[in-house]
Amino acid sequence: MKYRYLKDVVTLELDRHKCTGCGMCIEVCPHEVFTVESRKAAIVDKDSCMECGACARNCPASAISVRAGVGCASGIIRGRLNGSNECCCE
Amino acid sequence: MPEKNMSCNTTSSQCCCGQSNTVEENNLLDESNAGWITGKVLTPAGDVLRVSTRLNARDILGSWKARWGINRHNYKIGPGLYGVGDPTDHSPVLVSANYKMSFDSLRKELAGIDAWILVLDTKGINVWCAAGKGTFGTGEVVHRIKAVDLDRRVSHRKLILPQLGAPGVAAHEVFKKSGFRVIYGPVRASDLKAFIAEGMKATPDMRAVKFRFADRIVLTPIELAHLIWPLAIAIAAIIIMNLLGIRFINSFHDLMPYAGAVLIGCVIVPALLPWIPGRAFAWKGWLLGLIWALLIDALYTWNLAASISWGPALFYLLILPPISAYLAMNFTGSSTYTSLSGVKKEMRIWLPIIIGSAGAGIVLMFSRLFLKF
Ligand code: SF4
Ligand code: SF4
Repeated sequence: MKYRYLKDVVTLELDRHKCTGCGMCIEVCPHEVFTVESRKAAIVDKDSCMECGACARNCPASAISVRAGVGCASGIIRGRLNGSNECCCE
Repeated sequence: MPEKNMSCNTTSSQCCCGQSNTVEENNLLDESNAGWITGKVLTPAGDVLRVSTRLNARDILGSWKARWGINRHNYKIGPGLYGVGDPTDHSPVLVSANYKMSFDSLRKELAGIDAWILVLDTKGINVWCAAGKGTFGTGEVVHRIKAVDLDRRVSHRKLILPQLGAPGVAAHEVFKKSGFRVIYGPVRASDLKAFIAEGMKATPDMRAVKFRFADRIVLTPIELAHLIWPLAIAIAAIIIMNLLGIRFINSFHDLMPYAGAVLIGCVIVPALLPWIPGRAFAWKGWLLGLIWALLIDALYTWNLAASISWGPALFYLLILPPISAYLAMNFTGSSTYTSLSGVKKEMRIWLPIIIGSAGAGIVLMFSRLFLKF
């Protein structure tokens, strides 16, 4: 079963001109957001993206941009209360 | 790493980043008699500790405690190189975090395999969270390769990293800086054997994060453990109010609606997550909280023979759903598919509703207490 969170909120962008079709983004994405079409990457399931940033960090051509972060409500609340950055891991 | 390590739970009131001391300064787990080190692997570049692929009672107890938030911040092992089986210079190198639970969930899948485990210093934090913060990152991978003399211990130049470490590590940069090629392994350590047997190829299924019933359930204890302080404060407030003569909770009947609302937010919503209609977590909590409030109203009105009037009935409708909604919203941090942009949007919509409704409920309660209607 594939989970989907809110629609049309994700900040993921792909610049197909820069893409070399290496396939790294497909390999690291935990939610099958990308596929390769005519030797370039394509976003096929944007709403499944959780903005983890793995694809952008591992793209050798810097073709992907995403505002990476952790989708964690208590982390965001705490970040606002004490002014620190939003992070919520233990 | 298995996806159960993917949770991003908060266990301290402070923000987490980088407050841990380095491992060397902290008291490590007592490795000498913890039972998971079974001997030494001799290599030309020096001895390496060999670790067991079986978890003993202490490992299991340790994981259980960490899930409940006990000693979670200090559940770590020393970074460095370890061996399983009889590794040689041809054996694969698997990279892990120095959170003991991450390390355990890896080694328990390696029975019958000869391999090296390169443990990074992630300050005792699991792979996923450490990757998000960058401690499981390019710099630490490169540093650790040098620190353990990896190029003298293996003849190949490949590292297998857990796929969930990818947000922190740029494979092409590790290669540039160290000469080692990063291969991302499967999401779940339980697929590692098949991955290695297939010549280091992951199937799409191995690449996909899942969030099954069991994965969600193991995360619920920490959700409850987070509530210890808020609960203590609530109980203290109730006792003080009782002493002041404001009797608002003084029996099991008065307590049950709140206990139910908390349980819904922390346990029932995570358990039933995919089956509750809608997408926003707060909405899911709200919906079940509302059903609960209606049930409570119905039960109390019918069973206690009209001991409930419209006042308390409305009060429950105002106060219970936001409790469940708020707690359910906090489960976004433990889920494996919520994006930061999505959670921000959810909070923008739902926090005002939660605060407004709960606030209205509290105003109603006090006006009833003081105006006696
Ligand atoms: S990682 Fe970058 S270059 Fe490679 S296929 Fe994906 S977008 Fe294209
Ligand atoms: S940010 Fe993460 S989830 Fe989103 S497309 Fe990239 S790798 Fe996939």
